[in-house]
Amino acid sequence: MFLNQFLLFAAVLFCIGVYGVLTRKNGVLVLMSIELILNAVNINLVAFGAFNGTVNGQVFALFVIAVAAAEVGVGLAIVLLIYRNRRSIDVSEANLLQG
Amino acid sequence: MHLLAAAAAPTFEVSHWTFDWVGLIPAIMAASFLITLFFGKRMGKHVHVVGVAAVSASFVLALITAGAWINATNSHEEDHSDDAAAITEFAGGETIDGVDEIAFVEAGEEGKEVEARPQAVVNSWCWFDSSDAPNSEVDCSDRAAEKPISIGTLVDGQSVLLLVVVTFISLLVHVFSTDYVGGDRRYTHYFAFLSLFTSSMLFFVLSASTLQMLVGWELVGVCSFALIGHWWEDKPNSDAALKAFLTNRVGDVGLLIGVTVLFFAAGNSFDIRTINHAAVVGDIGSGTLTVAALCLMAAVMSKSGQFVLHTWLPDAMAGPTPVSALIHAATMVVAGVYMIGRLYPVFWEGLAIPGSSINAMALVGGITVVGGGLLAFVQDDIKKVLAYSTVSQLGYMVLALGVGAWTAGMFHLFTHAIFKACLFLGAGALSHACHHSFDMKKEMGGLRKLMPKTFATFMVATGALIGIFPLAGFWSKDEILVGTSGNGDYKIPLAMALIGAALTAAYMTRVIMLTFFGEYRGHDTPHDPGPRMMIPLQILAVLAIVVGFLNIPKSFPVIGESIGLTLEHWIEPGGGDVFPVIDHGKASFAMAIIATLIGAFAIFLTYSYYAKLFAKNPRATEVTGGLRDNNKFARGFHTLLVEKYYLDHFYQGVIADGTKGWLARGTYWVNQNIIDNVINYAGKGAVVSGGFIYRFIDQGAIDGTVNGAGQTALGSGSVLRRIQSGRIRQYATLMFGAATVLAAVFIVAV
Repeated sequence: MFLNQFLLFAAVLFCIGVYGVLTRKNGVLVLMSIELILNAVNINLVAFGAFNGTVNGQVFALFVIAVAAAEVGVGLAIVLLIYRNRRSIDVSEANLLQG
Repeated sequence: MHLLAAAAAPTFEVSHWTFDWVGLIPAIMAASFLITLFFGKRMGKHVHVVGVAAVSASFVLALITAGAWINATNSHEEDHSDDAAAITEFAGGETIDGVDEIAFVEAGEEGKEVEARPQAVVNSWCWFDSSDAPNSEVDCSDRAAEKPISIGTLVDGQSVLLLVVVTFISLLVHVFSTDYVGGDRRYTHYFAFLSLFTSSMLFFVLSASTLQMLVGWELVGVCSFALIGHWWEDKPNSDAALKAFLTNRVGDVGLLIGVTVLFFAAGNSFDIRTINHAAVVGDIGSGTLTVAALCLMAAVMSKSGQFVLHTWLPDAMAGPTPVSALIHAATMVVAGVYMIGRLYPVFWEGLAIPGSSINAMALVGGITVVGGGLLAFVQDDIKKVLAYSTVSQLGYMVLALGVGAWTAGMFHLFTHAIFKACLFLGAGALSHACHHSFDMKKEMGGLRKLMPKTFATFMVATGALIGIFPLAGFWSKDEILVGTSGNGDYKIPLAMALIGAALTAAYMTRVIMLTFFGEYRGHDTPHDPGPRMMIPLQILAVLAIVVGFLNIPKSFPVIGESIGLTLEHWIEPGGGDVFPVIDHGKASFAMAIIATLIGAFAIFLTYSYYAKLFAKNPRATEVTGGLRDNNKFARGFHTLLVEKYYLDHFYQGVIADGTKGWLARGTYWVNQNIIDNVINYAGKGAVVSGGFIYRFIDQGAIDGTVNGAGQTALGSGSVLRRIQSGRIRQYATLMFGAATVLAAVFIVAV
C-alpha cells in the first residue's frame, strides 16, 4: 500500500484548490476550487481508512460529500443573488462587509 | 381474636380470560377521557358519544367478567360436591338441597360456614424495580417472585361487584347527563371528567396493591374536585370544591402514612394479599396495626363522609346533579367502605378496642348513622337532605363492617348505590322541571300529579332507602341489624342503627311530603323529563325493587331456600390465611319486624304532621307556633342542627383562624424583631462599605480599568479595521495563511 502517493496527490489537489480560491475572481470558479479542497480531504480520509483497514474513512468521506453538496447549494444561491444585484459574479467587487 | 381460631374456608383457583384482561376496562375509560379532552371541541355537541360508547363497552366487559366470576364460584361445587358434603358434615351443619353446598352452623359465636371459595386472581406487573431497596432481593426480571412495588389487577367477588356497580351507574349517569347538562358551556370538560372519574374509580377498585389504591384514591379526589367546581364562576361552587378537596386531604395524609406503615410492617410489601395475610396470621404487632388502622380510618372518614369529617359531602352537592348521583352517592364515597373491605384484617384487628368485644368502626358508623340522619331534617335543599342521608347510610356500611358483618356491609353498599343513584337522578329531574332550583319549600310541592313518572320512581327508591318490605334496602339493612345484634356486644350501635332507621323513614317522608304532596309552590307547570332522563330513572327504580332478592336469608319461606344468600356466595372472599372468617348473624323475623314497625311509626308521625299542615293550608311548609317556638330545648336543638353541630364553625373558626392567629402573631414578631434587625444592620453596613467602595475601588480602580479598556479598544480597533476590507479573497488569504502558520508550529512543536 503506497500511502505516500495518495497523500501527495491530495496535497497537490489541495494547493490547486487554495490557489483557485485565492486568485479567481469568478464566484463559480471559487466554489469549484472549494470542491477541490474538499475532495483532497476526501482522498486523505479514504486513503487513511484503507491504510488502517477500516471503512471509517469512507464513511467520513460520504458525509463530507453530502455536506459539500449542501454547501454548494447555499454557495450557488449566494452567487446568484450577487449576480442579480450587481450583474456580475466578480467576488472582488463584493466588499459590503468592509469594516 | 376469635377470628383466628375459626376454621379457614378452603379455596380453589379459578381462571378466565376476563380475569386477566380486566385492566382493559379502566384503560377504555382513560382512552375515552383523552379522546374527549383532545378532540372534544371538534365534536361539539356530539361529544358525549365517546363517553357513552366507552362506558357501554366497559359495562358489557364488566358483565362478562361478573358472569365468568359467578360461573367460577359455582363450578367448583359440581366437581367436588363430595368434598363439600364431607366438609359440611364435619362442621355439623345441614346441607340444603344440593343446589349449593353452603352449610351453616346455626348457633352463635362458633357459627362459621366452610363453603369453598374461589381465590382472588391477581395479575401484576413490575412498576418500579425496587431491587436497590434495603432487605429486598427482588428485581423486575424475576417474574415469579413477589414484587414489592407492582401494579396490577385483583379480581375477586368484591372487585367484580364494584366493577359492575360503577360501570352501570356511570352508564346511566352518562345517558342522563346528555339531557341534563345539554348545552352546557363546558360540555366537553364535563364528559371528559366523567370518563376520567370512571377510569380512576375502576383503577382503584381493581388495585392489587395499596400504593395503587392510593393513586386511584387521589385521582377520584381530583375528579370530584373538578366536577363539584364544574360551574366555578359562582363562588359557592368553587368554595365547595375547595372544601371537599381540603377535607379529603386531611384523610389522604392518613392514607399515605397508613400505607407506608403497612409497607414496612408487612415486610416491604404493598401487595394487598400479603398485608392481609400478615395481619391475619399476626405477623404485624398489634400496636403497629392499630396505628396503621387509625391512619387509614382517617382516610375512610374523610372520603366516606364519616362523622366528624363528613362536612364536605353536603357542600359537594354544588356540583351538577348527575355528578352527585355518580360520585357523591353511589361510587366515590363508598371508596372508603371498599377500602375497609379490602384491608379488612387490618381494620378488624387494628381497631378492635382492647378488653372488649367492640370494634371502634362500629361506634364511628353508629354515630354517623344518627348524626347524619338528624341533620337531614333541617335542610330545605332536596339534594342536601339526600346528601345527609348518604352520610347516614355510609354510617350503616361502616357499622356493618365494624361488627364483622362484612357481607352485609358490601350488600348495603350495592343496594344503596342503586336506590341512592335513583333518588339523586330523581332530584335532578325535579330540579330540571322546577327552574333548576333544589329548594323543596319554595319551588316544589304537589309534584305528584304534575310529574307522575318521576314520582313513581322516587317513591320506589325512597321505599328502598327506608327499608320497606320487600324493596332492596329492607334486605340489606335487615342484614346489618342482624349482624349488629348477633355479633359481640353491640347494644349501643344496635340502638343507633334502629334510631337511624326511624330517622331515615321520617326525613324521607318529609321529602316526599314537601316535594310531591300539598300544592305546587313554584310557577309555570313542571312536567316529566324526556326519555334520556326518564329511562335511567325507571331502570334504577326496577332494580331498587329486585336487587334485594340477591341476598335474602336462607330461612325466608319458599323463595329463600332456592336463591337465598346468592350475593354472599358470589362475593365473599375465602382463605383463612388472607382474610378473617366473616361472621354471619342468624336471620331473625323479630329483628325485621321491629325495624319495620319503627320505620312505619316514623312514617306515620311525619305523614300525619304534614297531612294536618296541608289540610289547613296546602301551600304551607312548616307549622308555626309549634314545639320549636314554645320549647327552649327544642329550639336550641334545632339551631344546633341548622348550624350542623357547629362543626364548620369549629373547623373554620377554631382550627383555621386559631392557627392563623397565633401563627400570624408569631410570624409578625419574628418579622419585626429578628428579620427587620438583621436587615437594618445589613443596610447600615452596606451604606458604610458602599461609601468606601465608591471612593477608592469604584472611582479609582474600576473606572480606570474601564476607561483604559475603552481606550485600548478604540486604538486597536482603528488599527485592526484595516484588515476588515470586506474582500472575501483577502479573508481567505488570511485564513489559509494563518492555517499554514499553525500547521508549521504544529509540525515543529510535535
